[in-house]
Amino acid sequence: MGAARDPGAGRGYGFMMFGFLLLLVGSYIGLFRAPTEAFMGDVYRIMYVHVPTAWNTMLAFTFAFFCALLFLFRGDFKWDSRHEAAVEVGVMLSGLLCMQGSLWAKPTWGVWWDWDPRLTTTAVMFFSFAGILALRRFVDDPVKRATWSAAATIVAYVDVPIVYFSVRWWNSLHQMQSSPETVSAPFLIPLRTNAFGVLFLMTGLIMLRARVAALRLEQELAPPLPPPHAAPSLQPEPAR
Amino acid sequence: MSDLLAALHKEALLQWRSRAQLLAVFVFGATSLLLFSFAVGPHAELLRENAAGFLWLGLLLASTLTLAETYQAEMEQRALEGLLLLPASPPALYYGKALSNWFQLTLLGSGLVPLMVVLYDANVPRPLALFAVIALGCAGLSAPGTLYAAMTHQARSRQTLLPLLLFPLVVPVLIASVKATSLLMTGDPMGQLRPWMLLLACFDALHWSLCGLLFGRVVED
Amino acid sequence: MTPDRNASAVAASGLCRRYGRRWALVDVSFDLGAGSALMIAGRNGSGKSTLLRLLATAIRPDRGSARVAGHDLREDRDQVRRNVALLSHHSYHYEALSALENLQVAARFLGKDAGRPALLTLLEQVALADRADDSVHTFSAGMRKRLALARTLLQDARVVLLDEPYGELDPPGFRMIDQLLDVLRKRGVSVLMATHLLERGAAMCDHGLVLDAGRLAWSGPAAELPRAEA
Repeated sequence: MGAARDPGAGRGYGFMMFGFLLLLVGSYIGLFRAPTEAFMGDVYRIMYVHVPTAWNTMLAFTFAFFCALLFLFRGDFKWDSRHEAAVEVGVMLSGLLCMQGSLWAKPTWGVWWDWDPRLTTTAVMFFSFAGILALRRFVDDPVKRATWSAAATIVAYVDVPIVYFSVRWWNSLHQMQSSPETVSAPFLIPLRTNAFGVLFLMTGLIMLRARVAALRLEQELAPPLPPPHAAPSLQPEPAR
Repeated sequence: MSDLLAALHKEALLQWRSRAQLLAVFVFGATSLLLFSFAVGPHAELLRENAAGFLWLGLLLASTLTLAETYQAEMEQRALEGLLLLPASPPALYYGKALSNWFQLTLLGSGLVPLMVVLYDANVPRPLALFAVIALGCAGLSAPGTLYAAMTHQARSRQTLLPLLLFPLVVPVLIASVKATSLLMTGDPMGQLRPWMLLLACFDALHWSLCGLLFGRVVED
Repeated sequence: MTPDRNASAVAASGLCRRYGRRWALVDVSFDLGAGSALMIAGRNGSGKSTLLRLLATAIRPDRGSARVAGHDLREDRDQVRRNVALLSHHSYHYEALSALENLQVAARFLGKDAGRPALLTLLEQVALADRADDSVHTFSAGMRKRLALARTLLQDARVVLLDEPYGELDPPGFRMIDQLLDVLRKRGVSVLMATHLLERGAAMCDHGLVLDAGRLAWSGPAAELPRAEA
């Protein structure tokens, strides 16, 4: 099933390549060209992947949410394939985000995890949506799988702001936002480049993954009809 | 509305018949509280400080048992399908079950409070307010729990799947309930109780409406 | 949605249903006039239960359509359910509740008289009145079947679907089913009955059809069905 034989896949690979290129450019600038930050030294440079990953994680889950809604309202299974792809990619990105957060927290705060509200919410999202992936794996019937995981995604997504606020209030006695923030110009170019890089990479991944899911669904939803019998075999049943 | 009353009547009958199961789940919750104290060690100060946390963790663990149990009766002989075919309205069936689960969990939580007082040397100066917090928190567990239990009971690996789906979702309930309970037990000089209870109420309102809407899609073919 | 006014109890067209990769029902079409009785025969796994469950709206068809009691299966599910009663393989009971309580639960949802006297009368019809207050989990298979039958009768439907009604019953039970079928026929209720008892079924029904591997293999007058099967 190479890209040559599947035009849908070709576009997906294209997006990924472009995204990867953007990431290379943006990361080079961010690592070697952008100035050192006043307070955090060179450690801040992780922001150039961390912030783009954060934006795109939310984007992936938001897309998953809309796919879930569209599936429940329209019943079209293409939304289920896209939903599955978006949740998988979102789980991967949120996992990466948590790891990046840890890598940033250790040299900065001396601990691997500092209960930053945004990062903690991400961790909860990771587990929520990983659970939805598990649900999909444990349900065999494609219609039930699609319906239940769509319902679960809607509930999980709607929960995200509440999780964020509850963690923020819970942690408010300790410290304020502790993940990297910045707004001045020399920092923006590599940041935006990488943001688009991750966006294209993610889009390409979702497209490819959705294609795989759609192909599998095709098999599951419409297996071939059995051929009619030439001469039906009707044997008498013993009367009870 | 008449469907809701019929659903409540059914749940009341089932609950009454399965009261022995509720007792068993209570013992499970009580055992959990005991285990937490062994895990932490015989440090009275530490135990007292974290009593609220232990109570709600125990309740959370016990909730997965009760939630799963209530669907056992529905699925044994496909009773739920039988009701849907009468026809019974799915939201009525959902709210009947969610209310019944809420009642059970609140009873369970209230029952664990005396144990918490004894094991962790906790104070309960405002028992009515504590009961309100327990009720609000259990409502937050019951609403999504009833929906997810309906799904997972028909899936493979159901015992693992229900907590896997439910626990991340109810993080706000855990945080808010523990905070509110803690404030009630150790004092609330800055008046933080109200915002936490408001958070719980918002969570409850959201999930009681959303899950009721989704239930029909989840149980119908 | 207004019901179709022509006198058809069930009008099925091209019904298909699969479980996983296996098609349980393929392209089944038939028409049953109101007040008639149809017998459905076929080997185990031929799709009889699937067909009845489809018509009861317990499951959705993957392809095809049907009108039951004048209402469309897909569009008008609730109306179909109000007019149809299914006696299924699953008894739809709560094991922990008594026979009477199970009927009470159903009666309340149906908006019917849930009082003890009315339901005891119903239990008498299925010879279960003396076990009214016993938990269903103490019942034998035959008794569960009787209770399920009582529940079906409670629904007072225009179309009654019976999946192996004679199964698990003893000879007095067989006679009870025959009598009840008689009563239903006299009331003008349409009946669809899946059964392995070809002679008995043929005697009680007007029309017959045979399913084989999910497809319609034969249809015609019920009296000719035992010969067609042979």
